[in-house]
Amino acid sequence: MINYIYPEYEIIRNPDKCISCGVCVRQCANEVHENINKTNKVICDDSKCVNCHRCAVLCPTRAIKIVKSGNTYRENANWNCKTIDEIYKQAQSGGVLLSGMGNPENYPVYFDKILLNASQVTNPSIDPLREPMETRVFLGKRPDDIMRESNGKLINNLPPQLPLSMPIMFSAMSYGSISYNAHESLARAAAQLGILYNTGEGGLHEDFSKYGKNTIVQVASGRFGVHVGYLNAGAAVEIKMGQGAKPGIGGHLPGTKIVGDISRTRMIPEGSDAISPAPHHDIYSIEDLRQLVFSLKEATQYKKPVIVKIAAVHNITAIASGIARSGADIIAIDGFRGGTGAAPTRIRDNVGIPIELALASVDKRLRDEGIRRNVSIVVGGSIRSSADIVKAVALGADCVYIGSSALMAMGCHLCRNCHAGRCNWGIATQVPELVKRLNPDIGSKRLVNLLTAWRHEIKEMMGLMGINSIETLKGNRLMLRGVGLNEKELQILGIKHAGE
Amino acid sequence: MKRVYINEKWCLGCRLCEYYCAFAEKRHEYNNMALALKDTLISPRIRVEEYGDITFAVNCRRCEEPLCVKSCITGALTADGIDKDRCVSCCTCILACPFGAVSLVDNVIKRCDLCNGEPLCVKACPNNALVFEDRRCV
Ligand code: SF4
Ligand code: SF4
Ligand code: SF4
Repeated sequence: MINYIYPEYEIIRNPDKCISCGVCVRQCANEVHENINKTNKVICDDSKCVNCHRCAVLCPTRAIKIVKSGNTYRENANWNCKTIDEIYKQAQSGGVLLSGMGNPENYPVYFDKILLNASQVTNPSIDPLREPMETRVFLGKRPDDIMRESNGKLINNLPPQLPLSMPIMFSAMSYGSISYNAHESLARAAAQLGILYNTGEGGLHEDFSKYGKNTIVQVASGRFGVHVGYLNAGAAVEIKMGQGAKPGIGGHLPGTKIVGDISRTRMIPEGSDAISPAPHHDIYSIEDLRQLVFSLKEATQYKKPVIVKIAAVHNITAIASGIARSGADIIAIDGFRGGTGAAPTRIRDNVGIPIELALASVDKRLRDEGIRRNVSIVVGGSIRSSADIVKAVALGADCVYIGSSALMAMGCHLCRNCHAGRCNWGIATQVPELVKRLNPDIGSKRLVNLLTAWRHEIKEMMGLMGINSIETLKGNRLMLRGVGLNEKELQILGIKHAGE
Repeated sequence: MKRVYINEKWCLGCRLCEYYCAFAEKRHEYNNMALALKDTLISPRIRVEEYGDITFAVNCRRCEEPLCVKSCITGALTADGIDKDRCVSCCTCILACPFGAVSLVDNVIKRCDLCNGEPLCVKACPNNALVFEDRRCV
């Protein structure tokens, strides 16, 4: 069959700058570049390029740039080039379209339509360089009331809490979907920063048990790698009900990736597909969920908080209300822009709701029902900057999960080809030559840098609002104003329009 | 003394070190790598060895008792450098160096000079496979 698809990107090599060193040839795992030995010239096959920028970044003379090939079909407002290409692809392959990372489509980003307040004249702002600023948060259930012994001494009835130096955690990314070195980078950075990373559903590699204090262990529908030692190895246990990138469907890690350590960590035979069912087959109601929550608490002697992670979907408020009554300590909500190692494109791009709206409505519902203190709320699904974090906290979040931005800190260039397993940056791959491209010394350093910078910015933003503790900002929606939002959106977000 | 050490676990075989080494030699003439190396054959003092999946760079090990210096028949080669006028291109040092770190280019002996204490190969390594450290046991 003829391939109808014209290459999406074109590699422009500046012949005046190229010194034919061959670095691009050796670094592109997609084998785009080729050294023509006799002529000392480098040529390329644009059709294999996924625009990951590995070559452009490593080229010592900056001779390469990748541009959109610009080949267009006849203009059509209804049938755009991407839609046409997807039809060609499916007509050729007969398969479901797959993609990696988060939803790239042009839906509104509510964070970008919310502005922060600042102190002027009548209320003083605070200078974070001169005065103490608290960014520490504790995640977990708050006690219902204060209890005292007969002599008046306080009884410590505090349920288990997760202390974090800042309201940020690395979201679940399994060993298997990302590499050993990516996991090590995350674990080391979390330990240095005093925050947590999350094993995802792939189990915990034995080498990383030493980062236990900074680990959330996940229990997903496939129950891979779950045993009592695993549950007790981390600081908290997360039940994954859903994921923002693919709500309502399970996962599938192909057998080719189930090799060596991965098969051992997941506790399944080498070469067998790792299939996570769409639902947990033992959970069909909040009561069932409650049973799993308490089984996990029982297995961990009630010492570790249990997180329930769900995707942001239409009736999120009712579901969250149920979870808050299920005994879970923390609810994690993943918005429709959340990333993934692989998801069917149609699902990633068309299912779920924005995290901003989900967060605002869940926080309000739990407050209205008087059960907000039952749980902490963690939100994820495209937190892109410290400003997004400040806005999320003001909308009611206790903490955020970051995934994509953490991967970008380690080198990810959002080429969204994670599903192909040949990540040129050594992140979403298990090919040894590619995995070694991510040295955890560098990966963890870059992660620590990113979050240290964000923490500074969070303090600056708190300072200008006249707030010196992040807890005071939580749910403080008066600090937010909307721009270009309609009545309904403002009502759901629970904020006023700018100028009001 | 600080030396360039290689950690082959992280070497990607990209050979950027070779090209930066070649550039280092010409830095005083050109401040731009493309100008310096365009259409030239490089003869770097650090070389990436490749065998199957294993790659690692080798350069002068800065021996405590350098065999190259010991073997030099004219005394041109010292631990610090080479006196080009005295070198007679006999290549004895090349034979003596157990690491193959000495080479002859345009009739003159070349050996890593650590770029005056700031080795460019180390700076250019994208994966920290080359480090410049003092590892002497105390
Ligand atoms: S796939 Fe990546 S490394 Fe290969 S040519 Fe394209 S941008 Fe460069
Ligand atoms: S990495 Fe840059 S200089 Fe080297 S061959 Fe490729 S384009 Fe040319
Ligand atoms: S050139 Fe060879 S023998 Fe001479 S100091 Fe360097 S490694 Fe040692």
